[in-house]
Amino acid sequence: MPKQSPVPDALDKPYFDALNEDRLVIQNWTCCQRLQHPPAATCGGCGSNQLQHMSWKQVSGNGTIYSYGVVYDSPIAVLQADQPYNVALIELEEDPGVKMLSHLPGRAVDDVPIGAKVKVIFETTPATGQKVPEWQVVS
Amino acid sequence: MPQTPMPPMSMFRTAVHPGLWEHKGKVAAVGVGHEGTARRWDGTAENCIGAWSIAACRKAIADAGVNPADVDGIVLDTSTTTGAHWPAGREIPMDVVQKFNQTDDPLDGIAQLSGEWMVKNMPELTNVKYIMTGPGCMSACIVVAAQAIGDGLAHTCLVLKSWHNLDGRYYQGGANAEPTISGNAKWTNPWAGPASLGTATQFQRYMYKYGKSHDMMAPFMQNSRHNGLMFPEGYWAQHRPEELPAEDYINARWVAKPANLFDNDIPIMASAAYLFTTAERARDMKQKPVYILNHARDNLVARGFGGFPTLEECEEACANVGVRLHEGAGIKPDDLSFENMYDGFSLFHVFHLEGLRTHGIGLGDALDAFQGDISISSPFPISPSGGNIGSGRTRFWKHTDCIQQIQGRAGARQISVPANIGVSGGPMPTGGNFTVWGSSPD
Ligand SMILES: [Zn+2]
Repeated sequence: MPKQSPVPDALDKPYFDALNEDRLVIQNWTCCQRLQHPPAATCGGCGSNQLQHMSWKQVSGNGTIYSYGVVYDSPIAVLQADQPYNVALIELEEDPGVKMLSHLPGRAVDDVPIGAKVKVIFETTPATGQKVPEWQVVS
Repeated sequence: MPQTPMPPMSMFRTAVHPGLWEHKGKVAAVGVGHEGTARRWDGTAENCIGAWSIAACRKAIADAGVNPADVDGIVLDTSTTTGAHWPAGREIPMDVVQKFNQTDDPLDGIAQLSGEWMVKNMPELTNVKYIMTGPGCMSACIVVAAQAIGDGLAHTCLVLKSWHNLDGRYYQGGANAEPTISGNAKWTNPWAGPASLGTATQFQRYMYKYGKSHDMMAPFMQNSRHNGLMFPEGYWAQHRPEELPAEDYINARWVAKPANLFDNDIPIMASAAYLFTTAERARDMKQKPVYILNHARDNLVARGFGGFPTLEECEEACANVGVRLHEGAGIKPDDLSFENMYDGFSLFHVFHLEGLRTHGIGLGDALDAFQGDISISSPFPISPSGGNIGSGRTRFWKHTDCIQQIQGRAGARQISVPANIGVSGGPMPTGGNFTVWGSSPD
């Protein structure tokens, strides 16, 4: 499903660069052994902004559907042609506290199995070619 | 916009077990003033948000029966937007601006509101020394004003929240219309939808976890509109006096399923002001004092995305608030005579209500409770104000109703059981501000 292309900045460039190599990496604050997404300039656990505590951890790309909604009235122009569409919240296998959004490509509208296993894929966004993570239900 | 100071975080009660509020029963709400409503601004000076704010404040002062010269504080939210911002490039109507005493920002009084603008345009307020922001919501203004009076920073304080609404649909232009996205929105915009989507995912998880259905919201929605129609200051009562039958609610179009059109509160223009004072001074005023027994704030930091705290995070935040409210007021959960927790989006109300752990309503129980009697005649009235669902998006009907119920001035909405202790607050299940109100200071 065509999406807006996210524009990387200095902080999150490693995340977006990895996506373009079909790898999913998540910001990892070693001070608290804490995965954090979206990435931020400080650790959400202790507030540290010491870069030696921050790294990028490659994760398996396995996840679970936590919940979802079906969008009928989106304010995002590029998404409106595909309404209604699913938006699922995916929790990562490595840390269910880390959530990501997904349109669940290949899944019928409102046919979303909460609790089902999903696997990451990498989808190219049209405007810049930047890849973003998407998730598909593992049958 | 001229700077209106921000309150220090120490004014908000966020400790897990904060203990009895040190000012319990020493601060009282006395006066209430409302102005409006309208769906959108008509462009006139008499209906701009500044004019309505002045009118609401004057009504609150008159209602309390205080001399304006005795008012020494004003707490207000400087943001008045329902989501609509002044469009870049649109000409500012200077004929309107010039009808008032201006500050250095011409949008002051039209699309925002500083403390300086209010004081400049209410010349009768000759002794205001304490001016403070209540960030985001009347719920925050109430907390700041109550704490300020308790702390002796002011003794007679206006508490003001106003909302403007402009033409057009929200959020459709700007970054949302672009092919690329920068800033924080890059994490959500590629996938996301309307503002209610986050709540929709919480409620979806709720239904999954507890085996409930969206249809079970219908009696609450019906009740809220019904109560709202008995709120003469409200939007639906004034402009569209229609009940909301269950089938109309159930068959309404989805916005972000399971949130439909009616689960999303209608943005309007309105203004409300309260007059708060010390319990001692309140004795000599015109209306029966409503004592503030406690206030509390949620400070849970959700790990999920900004708009998407998980259901479990909402449940934890609401339960924390419940404990803080009861403990700090020195009451038991079942001492509440009624509740006016936040409801815009309507689905929030389920989480807030369950957090109070009152009248047998625990986790997963709210929708079942809605199937029984929740009306103003019931033993424990649910949202007798009707909230945002019953009167439009202001986030203040619930507070006004708590004051009026306890004063016995809620008119057709007056609940059947004695209105001794009520609770109100919001907005979100995470990060909200809440107040316990009582007929007695003890
Ligand atoms: Zn840390």
